Amino acid sequence: MKRELKSTKFGKYGGQFVPEVLMPALEELTEQYERYKDDSVFNEELNYYLKDFAGRPSPLYHAKRLSKEYGVKIYLKREDLVHGGAHKLNNTLGQALLARYMGKKRIIAETGAGQHGTACAMAGAAFGIKTEVYMGAKDTVRQRMNVYRMELMGTKVIPVKGGSQTLKDAINEAMRDWVANVETTHYLIGSVVGPHPFPTIVRDFQSVIGKEVRTQIMEKEGRFPDSIVACTGGGSNAMGIFHPFIEDDVDLFAVEAGGSGMKVTDKEALHSATLCTGEDGVLHGMRTKVLQNKYGQILESSSIAAGLDYAGVGPELAYLADIGRLKPCNSMDAEALEAFNDLCIFEGIIPALESSHAVAYVKKVAASGELGDIVVINLSGRGDKDLETVMGMRK
Amino acid sequence: MRISEKFSELKKKKEGALIAYICAGDPTPSATKEYVTALVRGGADIIELGLPFSDPTADGPTIQAGIERSLNGGMTPDIYFRTVASLKMHIPLVVMTYYNIIFKRGHEKFVKDCAASGISGIIVPDLPPEESGDLAGFCRKNDVDLIFLVAPTTTDERLKRILAEAKGFIYLVARLGVTGARSDVASSTRELIQRVKTTTPKAVGFGISSGKQAAEIICAGADGVIVGSAFVDIIASGKDVPARLEVLARELKEAISLG
Repeated sequence: MKRELKSTKFGKYGGQFVPEVLMPALEELTEQYERYKDDSVFNEELNYYLKDFAGRPSPLYHAKRLSKEYGVKIYLKREDLVHGGAHKLNNTLGQALLARYMGKKRIIAETGAGQHGTACAMAGAAFGIKTEVYMGAKDTVRQRMNVYRMELMGTKVIPVKGGSQTLKDAINEAMRDWVANVETTHYLIGSVVGPHPFPTIVRDFQSVIGKEVRTQIMEKEGRFPDSIVACTGGGSNAMGIFHPFIEDDVDLFAVEAGGSGMKVTDKEALHSATLCTGEDGVLHGMRTKVLQNKYGQILESSSIAAGLDYAGVGPELAYLADIGRLKPCNSMDAEALEAFNDLCIFEGIIPALESSHAVAYVKKVAASGELGDIVVINLSGRGDKDLETVMGMRK
Repeated sequence: MRISEKFSELKKKKEGALIAYICAGDPTPSATKEYVTALVRGGADIIELGLPFSDPTADGPTIQAGIERSLNGGMTPDIYFRTVASLKMHIPLVVMTYYNIIFKRGHEKFVKDCAASGISGIIVPDLPPEESGDLAGFCRKNDVDLIFLVAPTTTDERLKRILAEAKGFIYLVARLGVTGARSDVASSTRELIQRVKTTTPKAVGFGISSGKQAAEIICAGADGVIVGSAFVDIIASGKDVPARLEVLARELKEAISLG
């Protein structure tokens, strides 16, 4: 599984499908990342920020009442307690610091739910780097508090009015900006997606999640869990917790958004279950599984959770699914809402709707024994940002 | 007609090549033939006909909007190739599309469809040479030119590799950024034209909209200009489209005819 950074692919997935303008920037990024990833000064500074700014390590919490309710021993990896309320800051601190070491003056990013954008705003402010975030116009409405949070921290939020006005279009627009400003700007991709080396860089910076779980679960249980469950849109929290366990006898479950059903038309899917139902394609600089029609036009995906609402998925996840190392599965909007309620009632934790998909899958299959005796759920974010959505659904 | 034949014909006449882009099917599949005919009447030497993709990351707002109109008008790759076959042009036709459209159709089928419908070149803005091996193989077998792009950021080392594989013409990206009409010629454009030394014809695109700009680019040493957004703007207006396409094509062509 160890892979040279020089290879741009995970099996047949990944690669660099970008305009020529960007190729030199990707080469530069690969070189610079290679240079700094094991550099002691870089890592010391990053670890300082992860600990004293982000609040790491995040706890691994034995959710006793939920365990009893669902009939399996459940640990929650509390990424919701990381500064900003999600795992996203792990990656933005890493990449923003890398951008600073590379001498870039400006950071741009895309955001879906606004979590990544918020985490960029935090890192940008902490390191004093000018930050601009592209966000689908539809998402700026359904996540307006996150827009305001970003603005409070000095980040400019640019609503994207093209296409479906969601994450996919925000990525398109951020790529256009990068093409125009590549010499001064770092594109801080928020998930394990995009052209090489981004899927590797983001995975590495997020792997702090899984590394901590390894230590924490040994302290608590004296052994590894039987399974790890994580929600998957682009797949950054999933790869972050999965990657350190790839070589171990631990089952990995990537839970996608089943939306309101598996129905697909020529233009849209009612879900975002890319690993479950997508086909090979090329989107946003990478070859991966993609929701597309028979001509290769990308479908508009759908989910109650903006952070899962994406027609592509990280190429390494597509590869791991192909070789059978992880199991792609999904939870519907309604199931995620139920799990959201369960976590509120039984544990006093308000989870992000994204993370609720992972919890919902555990609820659905725990009784079957598929997950074994001990399961770790990556609770990738907190749900404060989703309160309006949930209130709307309950009406 | 092969692209190389066209360029050598123009060289003899001391004319720069006008490569005119519009998106097929914008705003309806049936409009394309009339618009292409108007461009050719105005003096276009090569037609670059867009095959729309839902997520055109290399294009600016003008061409994005054209692509959206085309998709909403029902354009598909099947209709595209039927439309192209019906054009029966005596000048080279080049398809411009994004890689997923080709990937989904299958490299071999896509290239064969190009050859059968009279397309002599393929431009794929999101396919750098590193990833182009499969497509390039089928292009060679079917006498279709795979056209590569060179940008101001392209390093000398990459440039050497790209020039070694270049077919048809080299597409010089005039400036950093996406497609879209602008009014000036950047000094980086001149530098790029000077830097790219090759016997393959050089055509410059991104941001060219006027005869004055086009003339400056040909004077700087390019063999052709690629104009897209300025034509797509005319289509977007919906007013008097064929006549105005012809007028703009004529203005551009006259500006680059030095002979």
